Amino acid sequence: MTQPVLEVKQLRKSYGSEVVLEDISFSVPVHTATVFIGSSGSGKSTLLRCINLLDQIDDGSIELDGEDITAVDADVDKVRRKLGIVFQSFNLFPHMKVIDNITLAPMKVQGISKEVARESAYKLLDRFGLHDKAEDYPDRLSGGQQQRVAIIRSIAVAPRLLLLDEITSALDPVLVNEVLSTVRDLKIEGMTMVLATHEMGFAKQVADEVCFLHHGKILEWGTPEQILESPKQPETKEFLQRVHEAGRL
Amino acid sequence: MGRPSESDSGKTPYDFGGTWIPSPLEINRRAARKSRNRRNALIAISSSVVVIGGLILIAVTSPGWKSLSDTFFAWAYGVEVLPKIILGFGTNVALTLIASSCVATLGLSIALIRTSRSPALAPFRILATLYVDVFRGIPMLLVILLVGFGIPALRIQGLTNNVLILGTLAVVITYTAYVAEVIRSGILTIHPSQRAAARSLGLSHFQSLRYVVLPQAFRRVTPPLLNDLVALIKDTGLVSILGVTDAVRAAQIASSRSFNYTPYVMAAIVFLLVTIPLTRFTDRTLRRSIERQNATGVA
Repeated sequence: MTQPVLEVKQLRKSYGSEVVLEDISFSVPVHTATVFIGSSGSGKSTLLRCINLLDQIDDGSIELDGEDITAVDADVDKVRRKLGIVFQSFNLFPHMKVIDNITLAPMKVQGISKEVARESAYKLLDRFGLHDKAEDYPDRLSGGQQQRVAIIRSIAVAPRLLLLDEITSALDPVLVNEVLSTVRDLKIEGMTMVLATHEMGFAKQVADEVCFLHHGKILEWGTPEQILESPKQPETKEFLQRVHEAGRL
Repeated sequence: MGRPSESDSGKTPYDFGGTWIPSPLEINRRAARKSRNRRNALIAISSSVVVIGGLILIAVTSPGWKSLSDTFFAWAYGVEVLPKIILGFGTNVALTLIASSCVATLGLSIALIRTSRSPALAPFRILATLYVDVFRGIPMLLVILLVGFGIPALRIQGLTNNVLILGTLAVVITYTAYVAEVIRSGILTIHPSQRAAARSLGLSHFQSLRYVVLPQAFRRVTPPLLNDLVALIKDTGLVSILGVTDAVRAAQIASSRSFNYTPYVMAAIVFLLVTIPLTRFTDRTLRRSIERQNATGVA
């Protein structure tokens, strides 16, 4: 078996006395998507922040392409170059045009020339139907467009692994779909991803594996069909039941 | 964006192709607004005339007015000494230009040191904090006196006794403390998520500052920095205490010869000619920056 892109082993994370994540182990093979579901506060976002080294873990280890990125002597900047993360709140740089948001990291981190960086940025914008927004500032864009630009910005550096943290939670229901279809396209192209989401339908479409997080632990995991259609744990059933009820309202 | 204000009620905010004719209801509203605006303008003008005119009248009819206007507003004499004051003002301008560029560089460095988290910079952080606390808390006049008379008293060879240089140094020391705090507050108002986004893209700590945090911080602190520049221009007048022949000193010399205070008034006017336009400019910059922040939905 080939080496997974990401391997998390017995990860533990707490804020003070509050344990947020405990005994988290999973691995993400290349070209697959692992989706984390669970109610707010179950630790999904924290997990993604830990993988991206934005938060320091308390125990366990995280390996990226077989390299322990939680080792004391790990080069944080180098690790982050291999990881892309998209946040719930977009976090575009408001003082830069869309095109400059996208080309900043390729130019400054990878040392690509301005012309080449702009050309590939335009290609990406073209592909996701945002060509005419290139010279606009982020505040002129809708939430859905901003989030798609944020996705493009993080894949412009060709990351090994893309982390998506509830990327549709801050969006108008009408705009959710355009963002999700962007992610579906990335999946088809073979991007390896870890997602946290509340969109069960979407999880079913893109996930190779679904993990149910409950109070900081992975309570149940398996294929989308196993977890979303015939869950075994009572907590998973209850969670999915609540999601369905909310969806019906 | 936003609701059209009453003052431009004559225009329509959106152009729907010219097919729209205002309803009688809207026409009546506009007429009512127009008459209200006219009435408001009339009230503003008449109350200004009464208040300002009254104040002038009180001053002019006071018993001491004649002697006061002779000693402070002897315009013929004022014009006579004006060239010397303007020549002195050149020193203030030069001092402002040199001091402000030094202050900008040093202020930024201190702000960066104070906002850094690197353990290697810990001693510098403590020193920077101490420096800012001390020099924001001492009247600038005292700093000028301490530097201007203290450094020459050390009698260290090679150290300058030039009052102009020492005066500039004192101004720079004081204003760097103010400006460092303004810049630091600007850096702190940038949401941590911006830095997180930059770092997650692989940008180093320094690159995140350079390309993401500082450009946004500077936009926010431009108005207060311009305010400090105006204050700096007039505070350069304080170095006259060391004997620097600036506009204030020139006026002092002229006035002590003639026992007439008109030179001071002339010096004040010269300062105002520069500071008032700059203050207006600052106000406009501030208004624009507020408008821009209000227009931005997502930070």
